[in-house]
Amino acid sequence: MRVTAKVNGVTRLADDVWPGESLLFVLRERMGLPGSKNACEQGECGSCTVYLDGVPVCACLVAAGQADGGEIMTVEGLAAADGELHPLQQAFIEAGAVQCGFCTPGLLVAAHDLLARQPDPADADIREALAGNLCRCTGYEQILAAVRTAADLMRPETGR
Amino acid sequence: MSRATQQPSQSVSGQPEGLIGTSARRPDGRLKVTGEFAYGSDLWMDDMIWGVTLRSPHPYAKIKSVSIGAALATGGVYAVLTAQDVPGDNAYGLEHADQPVLASGVVRYAGEPVALVAADHPEVARRAAGKIVVEYEPLDPVTDPVAALDPAAPRLHPGGNLVRHLKIRKGDPEPAAEVVVTGCYQVGMQDQAFLGPEAGLAVPDGNGGVDLYVSTQWLHVDQKQVCAALGLRPEQVRLTLAGVGGAFGGREDLSMHVHACLLALHTGKPVKMVYSREESFFGHVHRHPALISYEHGAGRDGKLVYVKAVIHLDGGAYASSTSAVVGNAGTMGAGPYVVPSVRIDVYGVYTNNPPCGAMRGFGSVQAAFGYEAQMDKLAAALGLDPVQFRCLNAMEMGSSGPTGQVIDSPAPVAELLRRVERMPLPAAGSGGSGGSAGSGGDLRQLPGGVGNTTHGEGVVRGVGYAVGYKNVGFSEGYDDYSTARVRLENVAGEPVVSVHTAAAEVGQGLVTIEQQICRTELGVGQVVVVPKDTGVGSAGSTSASRQTYVTGGAVKHACELVRERLFTLVRLRLELPGAELVLADNLVWLRTGDDGAGAGPAGLIGDFLGDEVIEETVQWRHRKTWPVDPQTGQGFAHVQYAFAAHRAVVDVDLELGLVKVVALDCAQDVGKALNPQAVVGQIQGGSAQGLGLAVMEEIQVRDGMIKNPSFTDYLIPTILDVPPMRIDVLEYQDPHAPYGVRGVGEPPTISSGPAIVAALRAATGLELNRVPVRPHDITGT
Repeated sequence: MRVTAKVNGVTRLADDVWPGESLLFVLRERMGLPGSKNACEQGECGSCTVYLDGVPVCACLVAAGQADGGEIMTVEGLAAADGELHPLQQAFIEAGAVQCGFCTPGLLVAAHDLLARQPDPADADIREALAGNLCRCTGYEQILAAVRTAADLMRPETGR
Repeated sequence: MSRATQQPSQSVSGQPEGLIGTSARRPDGRLKVTGEFAYGSDLWMDDMIWGVTLRSPHPYAKIKSVSIGAALATGGVYAVLTAQDVPGDNAYGLEHADQPVLASGVVRYAGEPVALVAADHPEVARRAAGKIVVEYEPLDPVTDPVAALDPAAPRLHPGGNLVRHLKIRKGDPEPAAEVVVTGCYQVGMQDQAFLGPEAGLAVPDGNGGVDLYVSTQWLHVDQKQVCAALGLRPEQVRLTLAGVGGAFGGREDLSMHVHACLLALHTGKPVKMVYSREESFFGHVHRHPALISYEHGAGRDGKLVYVKAVIHLDGGAYASSTSAVVGNAGTMGAGPYVVPSVRIDVYGVYTNNPPCGAMRGFGSVQAAFGYEAQMDKLAAALGLDPVQFRCLNAMEMGSSGPTGQVIDSPAPVAELLRRVERMPLPAAGSGGSGGSAGSGGDLRQLPGGVGNTTHGEGVVRGVGYAVGYKNVGFSEGYDDYSTARVRLENVAGEPVVSVHTAAAEVGQGLVTIEQQICRTELGVGQVVVVPKDTGVGSAGSTSASRQTYVTGGAVKHACELVRERLFTLVRLRLELPGAELVLADNLVWLRTGDDGAGAGPAGLIGDFLGDEVIEETVQWRHRKTWPVDPQTGQGFAHVQYAFAAHRAVVDVDLELGLVKVVALDCAQDVGKALNPQAVVGQIQGGSAQGLGLAVMEEIQVRDGMIKNPSFTDYLIPTILDVPPMRIDVLEYQDPHAPYGVRGVGEPPTISSGPAIVAALRAATGLELNRVPVRPHDITGT
């Protein structure tokens, strides 16, 4: 089957999609967007988190056909067109929140969603919002620090 | 730009930020936050096909026949391969070549690879693999590591079921003490659970050779094993490191390496293999489960008199690194304490359970659960405070360990304990205890969380301490070296250093350290880390907390040789043959006279260098170690020891057995923190893995079968499970190590778990002699 979707603002098309393929597989293997990660492919780790029509989802749990005609944003769509990193991306680098980095794309999208809903989250809010994203390297402390920093940067009075 | 004329400092021109000792940023950080960093599973080629593995459903069985006809006839399938298609040795392994590439005649564990399929779509390949007919004759599996040593037990390998028996004998063979405590402990099987699955891409070169891009921990040991299995020469099998999504020991052994190369060479097409999470549980070795019994004796004065231990480590079906894990569990089996008499027996055993091998902490983790529980028991028996008792017996520089090896660099065991003890405790009720029920209590801080299982009633708090230690680098006489190639040249008018090693970056940040060392030694801001591959000599394994020490040492030494050659050039140009020179801020600095008179910048590095290219390749070794005596276990076996201590605070819901770790603070000596932020990240991440083993992580194996091969059923700590962690980093330099560094990665995984279990014992009054501690261990139901 054919799947068409607007991904990171660009309309993309994949042909010969087998109906059993997930949105994650189509993004990674057919649309050339491997940024969303395949750590568990059963909705437990959050590393494939993307926005589908404005809602964060595990792309591994969405059948590709369900995303047909949808609007998707992946980690590849976070930075500005000129390459300037989103404050969350910058904060993740600076706080040491990135080690192996396999969880990073999903965490960035999940944290992006959190800060859109809650610009000044308490630590408990951050923990709750990111509870669906596993990280095996950091013990999460530097991830918390990164989200706090990004929230500061993104508030109008202090940052961008 | 005007230049200051003082002595060089990193602020002179502002350029070379990121020297050693600073929290320099990762060179791959931008790629990783934009999704552009290419992990093994991201690799892609136009005409590539997909490989899958058919694995044994039985823990122990004879293979009567394998029939591949129906699979091969499936549309879209390019190849179906079995053991008979392995052209070289159908046996590989890190220490003993005892594991078949594809099973032949017998399978020894559930999940053992039997056949391979390549097809144009992964699902086509999986379905075709389902059509392979394997006729098995199941046998009774050997699943008990103690029973496996019974002479009547089935022999799983030609040499029997014992991989290694290590004996440590020190001091009085028949010691007696005024106070004696005993205990039996059990450690469950832990998984590394790295997030990036095993993955790689094999590309045939058209001349019988192959290029393999793979996520791994040690390119050269892979290359050696792949060559043997394929019957090819090293120059025909070139490996390049693909992005690695975590490792923690689980990528030391081969997984899909040979399989993808076999399929690529058979089909003439690039072959990609990516394990699913379920397959990953069968595709790599795990942490050895352990059965441990200890007897500790002490005098009324609180001094340890003796330690006796018997430890059985279940190696599963194949040896992997079991011998070395046995070595660690034994040589460090008494803990970081001074013990006059030691008698330890460690057995590494073959069974039909999943193969076990390297995981962060490597033998020290298992032993520490036992000896730290014993230390608390003994402190209680003596009426001493647990920290006080440990400090009374703590190793220090000059102490002799159970192997007779004298600790010849700082060993601040007592100070680490005292430091975590002095850290502020979380406020009562911060985790829900102290009757914070009702208003103001945040469910998210309580055991059970938003499951709303308690509002504070039935919740008690406990505090526990533990300290542990671990060898750094490869031990027992292993020729443990690394190779580094460093090149200095002008590129587009600017001096650029490139550093080339085969040391696997697995997330820990070695690439950053390599840059920092080059910047520091050569004063050049721009440092390029060349992709890791077998085009340069071996760097040894990214394991045993060794890369900053050993590859760091190699890079430093290569830089020193490059620098000497540059200085020769400069002295010639300046016609100052005796000039004392320093490099910093892209400048050559002149140091004349002890008082610094006449000191100042002599010119730009780039100007002196001109068209010259200075390149040096070195092999660098840490000081030699020796095998231990086979009868007594005595010897200088380890190059360096690293120490960490933890204090854990837990809240426990006694009625439901639910646990909330409220705080997990750590003090660790790292010798010299080359990158303080990365050091803290290692300690926090390592502590979290210890937390996992203490309270949640276990591969459940029944009759040789893994019952929970998924992240739904194998639980690793989430951000809700890991508490705030205060980290105190000590820097007592090791005079034997480059920059005084001490390995960082593993010690936090050793002491964090025992501290949590100690806190749980303090809270509950229960023995809790098995990890992970499960709810029913607490409720007794």
